[in-house]
Amino acid sequence: MSTHSGDEKEDTSGRPTKAVVGSHRDEEEVFGKAYDPRIVRRIWNFVKPYRGRIYISVAAVLVFTLTQLAIPLVIRYAIDHGMAAGRLDRSVMIWATGAFATIILINYGASYVQESVVGKVAENVLSDLRRAMFSHLQRVSLSFMDKTEVGRLMSRLQGDVNSMQEFLETSVMSVGDIVLLFGIVSVLLWLDFRLGLLTLSTMPVLFIVRLFWLPRAKVAFMAAHETNSIANGALAEGIHGVRTVQSLERQHVNFDLYDEKVLANLNVHLRSARYAQVMVPIVDTLTGFAMATVIVVGGSMVLSHSLDVGIMVAFLFYIQRFFDPIRSLTMQYSVMQRAMASGQRISEVLDVPVDVSDKDNAVKLSRDMDGTVEFRNVTFGYRQNLPVLKNVSFRVNPGETVALVGPTGSGKSSSMALVHRFYDVWSGQVLVGGHDVRDLTQDSLGEQVAMVLQEPFLFSGTVLENIRYHKTGANREEVVRAALAVGAHDFIENLPDGYDTELEQRGGNLSLGQRQLISFARALVADAKILVLDEATASIDSYTEMLIQKALIKLLEGRTGLVIAHRLATIRGADRIIVLQNGEIVESGNHEQLMAIKGLYARLYNMNYASFDDISEEEMGMDAAVGKAT
Amino acid sequence: MSGLVWVFPLRTDATSGAAKRGKSFVHVAEASWGKGLSTLLRIVRLTLRHPWQVAITIISTFIAATLQLFIPRLLGRAIDQAQGVLTAGAGPAAEHALWNTALTLLVVSILRGLFTMAQNYYGEAVGHRTGYELRLAFYEKIQRLSFSFHDRVHTGDLITLGLLDLDGVRMFFSTGILRVVLLGVLIGVGAYLLISTDLVLGLLSLSFVPFVAWRSSVTQLALRSTWLTLQERLSVLSRVMDENLGGIRVVRAFAAQRHELEKFDRAKQDALDLANQRVGIRVSNTSAMNFSFLAAMGLVLWFGGQKVIAGQISVGTLAQFLTFMTILQMPVRQLGLMVNSFARASTCGTRLFELLDTELDIEDAPDARDLVVTDGMLRFEDVGFRYAGAGRPTLSGISFEARSGQTIGIVGPPGSGKSTIAHLIPRFYDVTSGAITIDGQDISKVTLQSLRKAVGVVQQDAFLFTTSIENNIAYGNPWARETRIGQAAEYAQLHNYIIGLPAGYTTVVGERGASLSGGQRQRLTIARSLMLRPSVLVFDDSTAAIDAGTEQRIRAAMKRFAKDRVTLIISHRLSSLMHADQILFVEGGRIVERGTHEELLALGGRYRALYDLQLRPDDDRPVVTGAA
Repeated sequence: MSTHSGDEKEDTSGRPTKAVVGSHRDEEEVFGKAYDPRIVRRIWNFVKPYRGRIYISVAAVLVFTLTQLAIPLVIRYAIDHGMAAGRLDRSVMIWATGAFATIILINYGASYVQESVVGKVAENVLSDLRRAMFSHLQRVSLSFMDKTEVGRLMSRLQGDVNSMQEFLETSVMSVGDIVLLFGIVSVLLWLDFRLGLLTLSTMPVLFIVRLFWLPRAKVAFMAAHETNSIANGALAEGIHGVRTVQSLERQHVNFDLYDEKVLANLNVHLRSARYAQVMVPIVDTLTGFAMATVIVVGGSMVLSHSLDVGIMVAFLFYIQRFFDPIRSLTMQYSVMQRAMASGQRISEVLDVPVDVSDKDNAVKLSRDMDGTVEFRNVTFGYRQNLPVLKNVSFRVNPGETVALVGPTGSGKSSSMALVHRFYDVWSGQVLVGGHDVRDLTQDSLGEQVAMVLQEPFLFSGTVLENIRYHKTGANREEVVRAALAVGAHDFIENLPDGYDTELEQRGGNLSLGQRQLISFARALVADAKILVLDEATASIDSYTEMLIQKALIKLLEGRTGLVIAHRLATIRGADRIIVLQNGEIVESGNHEQLMAIKGLYARLYNMNYASFDDISEEEMGMDAAVGKAT
Repeated sequence: MSGLVWVFPLRTDATSGAAKRGKSFVHVAEASWGKGLSTLLRIVRLTLRHPWQVAITIISTFIAATLQLFIPRLLGRAIDQAQGVLTAGAGPAAEHALWNTALTLLVVSILRGLFTMAQNYYGEAVGHRTGYELRLAFYEKIQRLSFSFHDRVHTGDLITLGLLDLDGVRMFFSTGILRVVLLGVLIGVGAYLLISTDLVLGLLSLSFVPFVAWRSSVTQLALRSTWLTLQERLSVLSRVMDENLGGIRVVRAFAAQRHELEKFDRAKQDALDLANQRVGIRVSNTSAMNFSFLAAMGLVLWFGGQKVIAGQISVGTLAQFLTFMTILQMPVRQLGLMVNSFARASTCGTRLFELLDTELDIEDAPDARDLVVTDGMLRFEDVGFRYAGAGRPTLSGISFEARSGQTIGIVGPPGSGKSTIAHLIPRFYDVTSGAITIDGQDISKVTLQSLRKAVGVVQQDAFLFTTSIENNIAYGNPWARETRIGQAAEYAQLHNYIIGLPAGYTTVVGERGASLSGGQRQRLTIARSLMLRPSVLVFDDSTAAIDAGTEQRIRAAMKRFAKDRVTLIISHRLSSLMHADQILFVEGGRIVERGTHEELLALGGRYRALYDLQLRPDDDRPVVTGAA
């Protein structure tokens, strides 16, 4: 690195070469096939419970459309039979107005029924779909959850479900559109076949134009959507990282980069606006053309008395509504494509296999079991042929505390997860209270095995709710007693609203140590026979650290404890220490015994750090090599 | 144990931070009338920065609306012509007249289409351009607002402000102002034309307008207020889902799936009920509007029919009234959207402008000059500091000095104010009393840019940007050469790890990238700060997640680097700062002990107590765990 010296100056005038703002994730496929029977069937299962209402609304749509079709006909009737020259007739007017009144009343009812039923069914289906996915995710294996970004799942639970809702709402409407389209065509042909045919000749033109226009426009609309999310992402990043930006004086660079993105976004929006608006004069021209045709051709026919003037008026009325169904039907095509892509992703979630589930004859683990934990020749891994635990056997007796020790990747966390049956073993057995965990119901296992994770995860809600998370029935005294026992009571009382203080997202308003203490209290309230605990590794200030150590004693009292220990104090306090390396048990015994055999544990210990995690992997490697050499 | 009393009651920086925080922006629910009006005028002024496009849009709207009003007339005329009313019977003259009308209609339709296109396009363009300018202004403001502002305002609120509120302002031109023009022309000119043709029929044709306008406005306002509530309920629902999925291990560990589903169901039901209620509001409005429109049409048909029969008007005139109604229907129904647009623009705009008008509490003094670092002497002179709105000062009477090449260690219990000291040097906050100088220049009198380039703070919770490792390290100096980036990574003991990654320095990290451990993140932050070669380098508790061995190696590697700068190490881990030339023990915002490690140990005070707690030889270590 001799090229580097203090005097060297970079040229900072040009465009920075190593700078971006915001990030861009490849968007998921937005459009799928327009129609995929498998997905439609799947979604239909969710609609089925509401099918009665769907039928009603489809019927209402039909009625509504028919009334719309009928209105110009009534006007035509009134004109031709009541007002046309030589046929003045007041009684016809009464009939016509009566019919008109009836029709608009029916129209009123039908429009109400149709829209409210469809709207509500769509809301309900959406809600059901979301619940089905959410509850399925509660049961799928953790290995799926480990692999999948929460953000991605959330976008399925929200975005994809929403586009299904849009689809449901518009599909019923498109039934109306199709009926309206065919209705207008048939009425026009019925009123006057020749004039009808002539007028309708503009319709295919619009179809063809839209067919050419749609794919291109769609690209433009998508680009607008995409650059939106890019620009928004950059803004969000600027807000989240503002402290870093200011401390590294990046404001100017970022401003220029952001400007580029927003400008690109602006241009893409203008382009998509051009695409959207170019259809306006086309449709208007075609409408004008159709009306002109009716005026010239129809008008001449009226002049020569081969056509009633009322029919001409009706034609003009229909033409004004003529292109609406075509416009919305072509749009519906994109909605369907989008819905199929979303449906595909929703099905994927619903199809994730549940590989850890209760056996049919699973028994409940009773509270009176003895509290032993035993591993018998357990082999387990996450990826094929890459076992993380190899033929591991050990037994933790009731009331005993066993510390699991070993470098990162040695299989400590996996052992812990197996006790709770987060995963199933490849071979061998994990026994809790003498039962193979696969023979127990997961709920009863969860009640007897309490877990404290390394990263204490708190939910939004009050401190009280968090502590009694597992036992929602616990009363305030129980909660306070637990908090007192683990030494969390004092700081909780000092929070603005004590136990009723609302925690921010993930307990953001508490320090790591405090969150840890709350998670201890939570485990204490759960009052399980067996405690599995993963000690926090990050350094915590000394005072809280002491509280935590004390709390641990309290927590382990009268329980079987399996502790993934990082701190020497914890390790030394355990009844027995199991040293894991590369998925195998290499040493086991208490502190004195392990020190005496001068193996891996003794080496780790003699490095004299306050915690085993202070020892970097490199040092471990170095040391292992030295160990082999001696 | 007397040394431990200081930490009690346990109070962390995090809690006091949360207490400081207010919610100043989201809760401006509805602005007052006067304020709302001035906000709207300000939006109008913003759009007028594109005078030509605004002019084109408004003129096009006028023309398009007027042309549209011609269509019913032409249709009515054509119907009369077809009956030979105007030409006194059939014949070439009548045919000719029909052709004339048809061609005029075609031309009018085409022109109307073109002008509508211009109206819509330029209307949107003005909005987008205004939005573009606002976005830049917003971004710049956010980047310059001080730490105390960002402490006070939630990031989520800022994002809402920059996305949704900004949209509300942007759309005002096309959904608010233009609609006023359009409706004004259609109703104003249309009413004149209709009433002047036939007073009774004219009034009847317009009879649905007030009702629909009123219904639609009331409904839109109701939908708007329930929309806000719905968003809140939906965000509760997504929080339940997000937390559940993020904390799925805890959920499983406590077998709490059922409890979680209940939580979900409650949130879901709340959202669903409101959504259904909204469907109800919307639908009853749509059908009522439909009905009143059709009823008015029925009246026109009835009375118009009577008039035709009585020979007072022609069939064409009646058709003209009826078609006019169909043309007017849509814009009138959308009146509610216009009202909504006004309401939205005034509240959103008020919030947005409040932010844009926020004064910067930390900026360059009028006569600020660039900081010139010569000897690199940092001095705190009797510095006091109090967070805005806090009762008691966080720091008082802090004085010390450090020369280039020296290392100062700052240690103290949580909440003692030690991090605040770090934040004062680059002016993230301004001192309340006293002064901080670098080579004799008061930092409040030099330019911020030069100051922050000279002071590097390695922060506690490192924010990584979603981009390559390389770009992250070079964040403060994006023009840097690869060799320098590698050098910084080597100092931070990260180089070996990076080159072991498949994509090396181009590996994407951050929120959406590869995950780094806490220690690796902190090392990356250290490398990032080294890139600026600051004259004052502050480690703000930024090695907590780095193991002691690695930390030691970082220190060794940086020895040469530290020679020509002041290094400040803030930590609660004594091993991180024992080697410092001077150690300050801070408690309750004051320096209570100072000296070298040996001096402080000899002193036998708080430092000594902490030392005993953390680093006492093992044999005396109290065995505090286990059932044994």
